[in-house]
Amino acid sequence: MTSAWHEPAGSFELPRHDVPHWRDVDPKRAYEVVIVGAGGHGLATAYYLAKNHGITDVAVVDKGWLAGGNMARNTTIIRSNYLWDESAAIYEHALKLWEGLEEDLGYELLFSQRGVLNLAHNLTDVREAKRRVNANQLNGVDAEWLEPEEVKKLVPIMDTSADVRYPVHGATFQPRAGIAKHDYVAWGFARAAYERGVQLIQNCEVTGISVRGGRVTGVETTRGKIAAKQVALCAAGHTTVLGDMVGLRLPIQSHPLQALVSELLDQVLDTVVMSNTVHVYVSQAHKGELVLGAGIDSYNGYGQRGSLHVIEEQLSAALELYPVFARAHVLRTWAGIVDVCPDASPILGLTPVDGLYVNGGWGTGGFKVTPGAGWVYADTIANGRPHPLAEPYALDRFRTGALIDEHGAAAVAH
Amino acid sequence: MLSIPCPWCGDRDETEFRYGGEAEVAYPADPDAVDDPAWREYLFVRANPKGWFKERWVHTAGCRQWFTVHRHTVTYEIRDPQPIGEGAR
Ligand SMILES: Cc1cc2nc3c(=O)[nH]c(=O)nc-3n(C[C@H](O)[C@H](O)[C@H](O)COP(=O)(O)OP(=O)(O)OC[C@H]3O[C@@H](n4cnc5c(N)ncnc54)[C@H](O)[C@@H]3O)c2cc1C
Ligand SMILES: [Zn+2]
Repeated sequence: MTSAWHEPAGSFELPRHDVPHWRDVDPKRAYEVVIVGAGGHGLATAYYLAKNHGITDVAVVDKGWLAGGNMARNTTIIRSNYLWDESAAIYEHALKLWEGLEEDLGYELLFSQRGVLNLAHNLTDVREAKRRVNANQLNGVDAEWLEPEEVKKLVPIMDTSADVRYPVHGATFQPRAGIAKHDYVAWGFARAAYERGVQLIQNCEVTGISVRGGRVTGVETTRGKIAAKQVALCAAGHTTVLGDMVGLRLPIQSHPLQALVSELLDQVLDTVVMSNTVHVYVSQAHKGELVLGAGIDSYNGYGQRGSLHVIEEQLSAALELYPVFARAHVLRTWAGIVDVCPDASPILGLTPVDGLYVNGGWGTGGFKVTPGAGWVYADTIANGRPHPLAEPYALDRFRTGALIDEHGAAAVAH
Repeated sequence: MLSIPCPWCGDRDETEFRYGGEAEVAYPADPDAVDDPAWREYLFVRANPKGWFKERWVHTAGCRQWFTVHRHTVTYEIRDPQPIGEGAR
């Protein structure tokens, strides 16, 4: 841990970046690849298309501003301790990329491997958690089981007594997991992609997708038609809206998902703590805010706001686990729109339309995979076939029944 | 929090209800005749429009009746609550 880490709140200076790192341009009339959505996934895909495959005639178009979707609204938790082999493979691929990303992009991301705890509150949780630790270890993912005393050592502010409604029976721990500063991640990818010739076009909403003879030919946008040999969707939250444009009905629902931050506090929490059963997860940002996330609203919706009762539940769970939070003020709450698949796993790969690719359905947990998804998706687009890590995430799994059910398996989804 | 108009009880807080997803998704009339793509549609695919949407709710903490409403998925405006009648889904 760096010295800045333990200094009083407010004294930690975030690195300064002279944004913007790219020049706004009008869209050209044609590109080899148009990527829809300038969130982390779209930007990472553009970067790896350029870097790994030499494809630079690429535009990333966004209906709003760069990283204005879920990218800069998430709680920034990064981990790879998923249960199933397919999930462990892609999330661990991403985590390995995170470990070298600041150097690769030449950009500070405040990537901090402070570890993630997933708490167990009952016997079922304990069994599931231990099973996951074993599965992780078999997949080469770092994971340990911690008893309540060991949890208490890592997180002294946690009430690990038996006197609470959902006592802590232990936790899984992934030491290599952590957080990164999400807007810096977007800017880092944006700059690196721009420097390689990718164009980033904001305020450009895709309103139609052009298809001729079963092949994609481009997109219609609020700034005119743009021809493209390949169109790659990275529009978390709006994946189905774009699919509907070509009659592609996707097994995805959009839901509001909220988070909140407290005022700045002295350092009280050195790791990330998640709990599925009482559904709250918390970390402390570099400057000192507590960052708390909760569950999705039950209904589907595209409003970037959610229901207050979700926040109330999240805070009551947090207060029971961390009594000291009772003194903290909530500074800000907000919501994003997450796209959720029935098996809580993403769709990544080809579509029935030639040249049209889909990356979506990452739901509540797609930030952590940003570099990994970008890498795998770029490879898929460059070669016109699924990257091996993407193969299990084909759209066709909903027909074959080969689902990757991470719902119960991944503990809290994020 | 949404205020949801139960056709029997009137406007009540969202926390009294459970969400039931898209309305009028009918179980296949002849299940044996349904192929895999059609099962995929029935089991996993639901409309997810950005705009007006017909959906179901159940008043779990109240009269425990199912009903449908039209809800706008951007403004969250709700209209036209309807009881689910005999044979309707
Ligand atoms: C509150 C919250 C907490 C979360 N916490 C975590 C976490 O701790 N860890 C984790 O791993 N994940 C987390 N997530 C999930 C994560 O943020 C998403 O899975 C991930 O950001 C999705 O990929 P993206 O970054 O490319 O999407 P986004 O950043 O949402 O990018 C999609 C972009 O597409 C654009 N777009 C949409 N429609 C169109 C159109 N028609 N034309 C042009 N552009 C369009 C949007 O404007 C948007 O910028 C969280 C999400 C939320 C909302
Ligand atoms: Zn009622």
